[in-house]
Amino acid sequence: MLYIKCPWCGYRDDAEFHYGGEAHIKRPFDADSLSDEEFSEYLFQKSNTKGLTLERWVHTSGCRRWFNVLRNTVTNEIIEVYPSNQLPSSQAGKEYYKNNWRRKSAAESLTTRQVEK
Amino acid sequence: MKKPRSNFGMQGLRSEKEKYSIFSLARNAFTHHENWAQAWKSPEPKTEYDVIIIGGGGHGLATAYYLASQHGMKNVAVIDKGWLGGGNTGRNTTIIRSNYMWDESAGIYEHSLKLWEKLSQELNFNTMFSQRGVLTLAHSEHELKEMNRRVEAIRLNGIDSDVLNPAQIKKLVPIININPNLRYPVMGGFIQRRGGTARHDAVAWGYARAADNLGVDIIQNCEVTGFNIKNGKVAGVQTANGPIKAGKVGCVVAGHAGVLAGLAGFRLPIDSRPLQALVSEPIKPILDTVIMSNSVHMYVSQSDKGEMVFGAGADSYNSYAQKGSLNIIEGMLAAAVELFPVFSRLRMLRSWGGIVDTCPDASPIISKTPIDNLYFNCGWGTGGFKATPGSGHVFADLIARNEPNSITAPFTLNRFVDGYLIDEHGAAGVAH
Ligand SMILES: Cc1cc2nc3c(=O)[nH]c(=O)nc-3n(C[C@H](O)[C@H](O)[C@H](O)COP(=O)(O)OP(=O)(O)OC[C@H]3O[C@@H](n4cnc5c(N)ncnc54)[C@H](O)[C@@H]3O)c2cc1C
Ligand SMILES: [Zn+2]
Repeated sequence: MLYIKCPWCGYRDDAEFHYGGEAHIKRPFDADSLSDEEFSEYLFQKSNTKGLTLERWVHTSGCRRWFNVLRNTVTNEIIEVYPSNQLPSSQAGKEYYKNNWRRKSAAESLTTRQVEK
Repeated sequence: MKKPRSNFGMQGLRSEKEKYSIFSLARNAFTHHENWAQAWKSPEPKTEYDVIIIGGGGHGLATAYYLASQHGMKNVAVIDKGWLGGGNTGRNTTIIRSNYMWDESAGIYEHSLKLWEKLSQELNFNTMFSQRGVLTLAHSEHELKEMNRRVEAIRLNGIDSDVLNPAQIKKLVPIININPNLRYPVMGGFIQRRGGTARHDAVAWGYARAADNLGVDIIQNCEVTGFNIKNGKVAGVQTANGPIKAGKVGCVVAGHAGVLAGLAGFRLPIDSRPLQALVSEPIKPILDTVIMSNSVHMYVSQSDKGEMVFGAGADSYNSYAQKGSLNIIEGMLAAAVELFPVFSRLRMLRSWGGIVDTCPDASPIISKTPIDNLYFNCGWGTGGFKATPGSGHVFADLIARNEPNSITAPFTLNRFVDGYLIDEHGAAGVAH
C-alpha cells in the first residue's frame, strides 16, 4: 500500500487516489510537423524507471485535485509531493527532471506552452 | 516454420534411462528416490555462445528449448538474475485460453494452446495441463452483447467458444450465485472448453530439463547488467559474473523489459505494474472450471492441491517492488464472496505479487530491435503464461531466421510507429 500525502488533505491510503502516469509529458504544440517516429515517442514510449520517477496522482475520493509525486518505484518511498504546475524542488527530483530523455525529445522541443516557472 | 514433432516424450532426452515413466518411478523407489538424475546442470558460463537468452522464465526457457530442438542451435545459454521460474512464471494464476478477438492474437494464442495440448508428452514432464474450461462472466446487458460479438469473431478463427445463459452457468458451476439482485449480476458468460490451467513451475522445469538435455546451458543467479554493442550490432552481454560473448541475444525479462531496453539504448512502450494473486487453505473439490470476470476483476480456479487460487486486476501505478496495494485484494475478494457466498469463510494462506509488463494495446512485442541481432519478447502483461509454448516457439524462429514469421510479424515494435495496434484491451487488458 502507498501512503500518499495529498498537499491539501494530508496522508491517505492510495485507495483514495488515481494514478495519472508519468508527469511533465508536454503535448507537442505543432504535432503535424513531427515525424511518425517522433510522435510515437511522445505518445507511446514510457520512462518506466526502476528507481526514482516523477508521476501524477489525483485525489479522486477526496479533494479531487491533481498533484505530482517523486517516488522510488523499487522501495515505494515517496520523496516529494508538489503542485502539478510546478517542477520538483528536491535535489533528486531536479536531477531526474533534467536528465529525463523527454527534455531532449523532438516533441518537447516543439512545446511553446511553458507551464513551469 | 517447422511444426514441433512428438517423438513419444523422448524429445531432448539422451537415453531411455533418463525418461520419466512408471518404470523409472518404480526403479527409483528401490533406492528411496535418492538417485534421481539432476533435471538440469548448473554449468559455469562459457566465454561465448551462439545465442544468449536473458530471462529464465517459461518464455526464455521455451525459446532456448525450441532453438535447440527445432533449429539445431545448441550453443545456447539462458541467463537469469534469480532462480529459474522465479519471476512471473512462478507467480501467475495459470489460466490458459486462446479466445482472443483479433486475428493476430488468435494466431499466437491458438498456436500456443495447440502446443500445450501435446506439451507433457513432448517434454516428458507432467505439466499438469488441465483443459477444464474457462468461463468468462458478463454482468451487464452491454457486456453480454459485446461478448456475443466477440464469440462470433473467435469462432470465425476456428477457436471453440460458446455463450451460456445464467441457468446453464448455474448447472456447470453449482456454487455460483446467479441471483439477479446482485450488484453485478451474472447475465451470462462464454466458455472455452479447451481452456484451463497448468502447473506453472512444471512448465519452467520441463522446458529447462529438455533444453539442458539438448546442450543448453542454464545459468542462474547471474544478472545481465549491460550489452556489448559494436557498430549497431550486439556482440555479447555484461553480467554480474563478467562479460559473455554472443552472436545473437534474445531478451525475455517481462517486467524488466524497459530496464534492459534502457541498457541497450532504446525505449519501450511498456509500463511495469504489480499484479497480485492469493491462495486459500486447501478444501475438497468444489470448482472444476476456471471462472473469470473482467468487470469485477476476479479470477478463480481450484488447484489440484485444493487451494482456491484468486487473481485480481493489476495495480494502477508503476512499480518494481513485487507487491501491490491491499485495496486491490479487498475489492477482488468482495466480488468473489458475492459471486460465491460459500467462499466467505475461507481463510487465505498466502498473497504475492509479480511485476507485469503492460503494453498500450495489451498485446505482446515479439520483435527485432534497433540493435542488430538483439531481439525482444515482452509486453505480455497480465496474460502471458498461456502463451509460454507458443511464444518460445515463434521467438526461437525469429532469432534463428532473423526474420519474423506470419505469427510474429504483427507483434513488431514498429506497430507503435505505423499505428497498426492490436487492441486487445477488451479481451486481455485486465484479464489473464
Ligand atoms: C499474479 C499474476 C497472475 C498472472 N496470471 C496469469 C494467468 O492466469 N494466465 C496467464 O496467461 N498469465 C498470467 N500472468 C502473466 C504471466 O505470468 C506472464 O506473462 C508470463 O509468466 C511471463 O513469462 P516470462 O517468462 O516472460 O517472464 P518471467 O517468468 O517473469 O521471467 C523473466 C525472468 O527474467 C529475469 N530477469 C529480469 N531481469 C534480468 C536481468 N537483468 N538479467 C537476467 N535475468 C533477468 C527474471 O529474474 C525472471 O526470472 C500473471 C502474472 C502475475 C504476476
Ligand atoms: Zn486531497
